[in-house]
Amino acid sequence: MTERRLWSWLAVALGGLYFLLPLVGMFDFSMRMQRDGYSFEAYRVVLADPQFQQTFGYSVVLALLTIALGILIVVPTAYFVRLRFPGLRPIVEFLTLLPLVIPPIVIVFGYIRIYNTSSVLPLTGSWWGTNLLLLFGYATLSLPYMYRSVDTGLRTIDIGSLTEAAQSLGAGWARILAVVILPNVFVSVLSGAFLTFAIVIGEYVFAALLNVGSFGPYMVWMGGNRAYEPSALAVVAFAITWACMGLIQLFTRFSKFSTVRR
Amino acid sequence: MAFLDILHLEKSFGAQRVVKDFNLGIEKGEFISFLGPSGCGKTTVLRMVAGFETPTSGAICIDGRDVSGLAANRRNIGMVFQAYALFPNLTVEQNIGFGLRIKGEGKAAISARVGEMLELVGLPKLGERYPFQLSGGQQQRVALARALAIRPQVLLLDEPLSALDAKIRTSLREEIRRIQRELGITTIFVTHDQEEALSMSDRVVVMHQGIADQVGTPFEIYNRPATRFVAQFVGTLNLLDARLLDAAAGRVGLGDIPVALNRELPGRVGDRLSLALRPETVVLGRKDEGSVVLSGHIAEVHFLGSVIRIRVAVAGQIVSLDTFNQPDTPPPSIGTPVEVSISDRDLLVLAA
Repeated sequence: MTERRLWSWLAVALGGLYFLLPLVGMFDFSMRMQRDGYSFEAYRVVLADPQFQQTFGYSVVLALLTIALGILIVVPTAYFVRLRFPGLRPIVEFLTLLPLVIPPIVIVFGYIRIYNTSSVLPLTGSWWGTNLLLLFGYATLSLPYMYRSVDTGLRTIDIGSLTEAAQSLGAGWARILAVVILPNVFVSVLSGAFLTFAIVIGEYVFAALLNVGSFGPYMVWMGGNRAYEPSALAVVAFAITWACMGLIQLFTRFSKFSTVRR
Repeated sequence: MAFLDILHLEKSFGAQRVVKDFNLGIEKGEFISFLGPSGCGKTTVLRMVAGFETPTSGAICIDGRDVSGLAANRRNIGMVFQAYALFPNLTVEQNIGFGLRIKGEGKAAISARVGEMLELVGLPKLGERYPFQLSGGQQQRVALARALAIRPQVLLLDEPLSALDAKIRTSLREEIRRIQRELGITTIFVTHDQEEALSMSDRVVVMHQGIADQVGTPFEIYNRPATRFVAQFVGTLNLLDARLLDAAAGRVGLGDIPVALNRELPGRVGDRLSLALRPETVVLGRKDEGSVVLSGHIAEVHFLGSVIRIRVAVAGQIVSLDTFNQPDTPPPSIGTPVEVSISDRDLLVLAA
């Protein structure tokens, strides 16, 4: 092994340690709930907690709804911007990046000011309204990831020709989007969807300030009141995120008509 | 009234007029090619017929019905694209059946039609494959089958062979023509390749700067070009500068050499003219009595295999001529004094 390679490996090992050690430490700590040795007791307690099941279930449903809303907003927008208004692309890209620049706390305070109980549209006054606000908020938060991945997907196919081919065969806009465009950017949509899922599952600021019992506030509450369970919960949250990343890879590689890695 | 009538069609993009007063009548079952360089407006006309572009003015009538205001998906026009445009997520069968499913045809009818189309384009066993599993030529056959499956009134082909290699291009163009004849479908074929246009079409429309410069059979277009552009764009051509000596007697001066064309010419004495001449009509050496004989010397020799292209310097200008390769006669060497013969009938007079 040459000296250069040795240094490269050393850098990789150091980087790996930097990322992995805290996780290993956290995992190790989460296994020590019983004094007489390693066990999954903390995980058992967490998973058996009805509050965990309730908040986690709620967040999963919300994440799925956010994904659906995101697809409905982003796919037609990105498609028409590419097809008909390419000049608007930089503007739309900038708009979709705003949630990364504006902190969620600013957005949620804005929501509360505009939609409070004494406003014209008092969404925060009802359970449905609050959930709707949360859903819209999460759709906004997921915009940068969703838009980028869908736009990248659209770049890989010749949407102009595909659209015209479908039109000449008699298809209208709805069918073109549903049957021709969406399936061909499905892998990209899934990437965006999994990222959205990972974001929504752990989101705290929106949920806490709108006073909604989702998984994020539950994790924070657990962290302030228990010793071993928060670590177990953090490991579970990490596992979910990683599973999402893994699924993105899986779908990209094994998509039936994808040419990746063939 | 023709089956497909294009009347006073105009298209402008901003201040730029890309199609100017385009008129054409296409009979049912006719194969028409739009031939011209990039940017001449041929694709824009095709896209207006397809419904992908809205004409600035003018009308497009199919079978007596004005379709200019109709959306592309309501025109029942089949289109084949340069980039194939097959749906990557659908198999070959699903691609071909796409338009029929939209029309709401039954499963059995779709399956039968798809089978028929696959037979027609010679790919009966590839129905289950995805587009990425096919070669370029196969993909374009599928695209053709897909466009024909819906029984369109008109078939539009937008440079369908440009992305293919030379051998496949030749075989596919013969196949397209065979299928077109078999189905008797009215077809417009857009190309910048003159060989494709001349070999496939019933009539060729040569387009230049948004105008149809000439419409005619391949034979007419090649042998009797109406404008200087058509003459230069279609085939190889010698263009010689000349001066009118006697309009009534049809005599012109090629440099110092007087040439008798034996037909009345327009213009006045002293007017500048261009004489156009195909290389295959020029003969090396002295031909029969009636022909015009010019003296000069060999300037260049290009050996192209079966054909030898020789350039002869005559009266300060270059005349290209083609001779067939003869294994026992080596090509003449550069600088050799020679005579070339031209039949006065083959000399076309174009305004300078």
